[in-house]
Amino acid sequence: MKADVPPSGTPLVELKGISKRYGDLLANNGIDLSIEPGEIQALLGENGAGKSTLVKILYGVIEPSAGVIRWQGRPVTIGSPVEARALGLGMVFQHFSLFDELSVAENIAVALSSEWSLSKVREKLGEISRTYGLALDADRAVWTLSAGERQRIEIVRCLLQNPRLLILDEPTSVLTPQEAEHLFTTLDRLSAEGCSILYISHKLEEVRRLCRRATILRAGRVVATIDPRASSAREIAALMVGSAVGEIRTDAPHHPQGEMLRVSNLSMPPAGLHGQALRDISLVARAGEIVGIAGVAGNGQSELFAALSGERLPDRAESVVINGKPSGTLGIDPRRRLGAAFVPEERLGHAAAPSHSLSENTLISHAATEVSRSGFILMNAARRVARSIVQSFDVRTPEGDPQARKLSGGNLQKFVIGREIIRRPKLLIVDQPTWGVDAGAARLIRQALVDLAREGSAVVVVSQDLDELFEVADRMAVIHQGTLSPLKPIGEWTKEAVGLEMLGVAQAQGGVHAV
Amino acid sequence: MRFELTPRTNSSTVMRIFASIAAFITAFLIAGFVIWLMGRSPLAAFDVYVLQPLSDPWSLQELIVKATPMALIAIGLSYCFRANLWNIGAEGQYVIGAVLGGWLALRTHGTDAGLWVLPLMLLLGILGGALWGLIPAFLKTRFGVNEILTSLMLVYVAQLTLDYLVRGPWRDPQGFNFPQSVTFDPAATLPPILEAGRVHYGAVFAAIAVVVTAVILGRTLFGYRLKLTGDAPRAARFAGFSSKATTLAVFAISGGLAGLAGISEVSGQIGQLQPSISPGYGFTAITVAFLGRLNPIGILVASLVVALTFIGGESAQIMLKLPLDLTQAFQGILLLCVLAADAMVSYRIRFVTRGGGK
Repeated sequence: MKADVPPSGTPLVELKGISKRYGDLLANNGIDLSIEPGEIQALLGENGAGKSTLVKILYGVIEPSAGVIRWQGRPVTIGSPVEARALGLGMVFQHFSLFDELSVAENIAVALSSEWSLSKVREKLGEISRTYGLALDADRAVWTLSAGERQRIEIVRCLLQNPRLLILDEPTSVLTPQEAEHLFTTLDRLSAEGCSILYISHKLEEVRRLCRRATILRAGRVVATIDPRASSAREIAALMVGSAVGEIRTDAPHHPQGEMLRVSNLSMPPAGLHGQALRDISLVARAGEIVGIAGVAGNGQSELFAALSGERLPDRAESVVINGKPSGTLGIDPRRRLGAAFVPEERLGHAAAPSHSLSENTLISHAATEVSRSGFILMNAARRVARSIVQSFDVRTPEGDPQARKLSGGNLQKFVIGREIIRRPKLLIVDQPTWGVDAGAARLIRQALVDLAREGSAVVVVSQDLDELFEVADRMAVIHQGTLSPLKPIGEWTKEAVGLEMLGVAQAQGGVHAV
Repeated sequence: MRFELTPRTNSSTVMRIFASIAAFITAFLIAGFVIWLMGRSPLAAFDVYVLQPLSDPWSLQELIVKATPMALIAIGLSYCFRANLWNIGAEGQYVIGAVLGGWLALRTHGTDAGLWVLPLMLLLGILGGALWGLIPAFLKTRFGVNEILTSLMLVYVAQLTLDYLVRGPWRDPQGFNFPQSVTFDPAATLPPILEAGRVHYGAVFAAIAVVVTAVILGRTLFGYRLKLTGDAPRAARFAGFSSKATTLAVFAISGGLAGLAGISEVSGQIGQLQPSISPGYGFTAITVAFLGRLNPIGILVASLVVALTFIGGESAQIMLKLPLDLTQAFQGILLLCVLAADAMVSYRIRFVTRGGGK
């Protein structure tokens, strides 16, 4: 190992001219990037800018079409994640790769080489937990853990292999503000000990909190390498998007009028083994307002969405009242006919069929549109609707009537939200409207939601992105373990208060709505 | 070393047609090689299998007669397969259609019942097949039982039921103890389209099924519902399409068409009930459905091609002493080649050799 110590001043890892071509698409185009020992560097960019491709190349998951990787000055070929780990790379993916039924220690042991026995893992786990403040109970089953705790397993798993470079992909997307702050402390400490960190994010505030250097990607190229603390959030966003990002126009809220949605005492059992039960949820959304529902993923948001959309039916018709009509026992199509529209969290496979053309995808919410008559599809009408969605919502698509999967995440999201908004619904319920969407698309979507509400529709936005909710919502509540906090005007919430509700601490202290 | 499949961005229709032709040629080459290994001349086999049936008017009629039940059944199966539901039991639905329709023929045997007998027989055939098809559909929607297993097992129940009936209660008393029913009356016989021809009206039903299905799958919301259920089941639920209703509907349709094929075959071709009324049409139709890429016109063509292998196989057995199993093997080879060609049109295949990791 001694021989490996590089002369001082040599970067830990250096990428030169990395390119990756998929068919016609150049996902990475001649990228140069270097990371110094002990540095926390941010990799910023919109979705589709090429961040994931780049780190997958670095971690040996995919091979580059061209370019050189130097590790401590030496050219290397990283053929697989195993080889990457042997070099000293660790990676925490955005989507965890854990076995729900296994314990924490077992999950760590299966990922390590066979010389790690379970007892050795337990011992080291305790050591690392203490050193870095990553509290973990070795014998808990993973499915009982929160997203933050699951992420800790992934991080500890990397740390056990003494990495020289730790790559984190959007690590805070599933964390509460408090958990995120905790993560930052850990990362600062790792960096102080000489471990380099490549931090992938599109949240500017975090990047400025953590990093002194940020590499910004756009359309597969490096557009700038900057000190994020020396630039304003707006400048950075402009570099990412390629044009200045405007703020969302939110006029003074109209006085909300009629009740479009009333949920009263909605309770539902969990859908599956690891599902979340809904407990006694009540909320009201009036025409002209946006109601935000915050919460950490997995606290009942998708269950609430399914109950509101009618994909899962509660027992009582009165528990969901849409536009004055008890609708709890109605399916999704009758609810659409009452003037409601829905946008689920998953774009591909739920909101849209990946292998179907955009015009076919308009049929998915066909009941309330003009694309079918007495059982026959009006293909021309469907194409026209698809075209007008594409135009009105600035959906950038390949020529003609492409398959949904050919669109980038942001553009497809604009399409599925546009598909509902273009019908001028009286009630729109949307789950994670800008999840994994680039800044430009997110702004357009938020603006469209605000505009819809100002035109007199009720909008319910379920989101994990607190900044988003503070920006668009008129009133907000927090969902935690299937229970909804009281709905309060946005001005009465602080981020800290939301964070406490997300953790369920506020309830325990106040006991306001304890059963 | 490993394979990598990367989707092609520009897979054209011309390429697809070319690939289908290439698949056929490859299948013939493989089959020819097998025949050569068996010590026969591949050229003679090609002559017997393909050229002779296509140049003889009697064989051409026979081709349509054989293709009819397979086309009908495969058209029905395409509804199921598009929705990603696996009805493997068309053979059983075919048999029960023949049994229920045949029941009326036997009941009215010897009476001077009028013109209503035949239409009612056909309806009973459809009903029988549909009900038999609905059993696995019901078990799946109600109890979550795998439809592949139940539909397949019900084939044997159907076949043994027919076997019991023609050996027992429905046996022709004057039939010298042969296990078969009486011959159907003219009123219960599906007539040939042309006087003294072999091709019966079942072929017309198949043609109608092709046209109607092409319209349903291509132009209606129901057709889109099947496609969406098959390609993105969650999106189908989001669209308000109940998966239970879809399951019941497609099993009833495919069972009904298989039942129609069964009663048409029995009343138009065989003329009586006997223990075996199908050389495995219900199973071969699965191959036909996929050879035709679940497209009605494609299925029509595929049913004629597979019928050709049946007829050619029979002559090859007589003239070249080649085993009939070779026919089934050839059908399998053909399907594999077509599917492989399809994959190669949609994907680029790359062999990746691992370079030195260090």
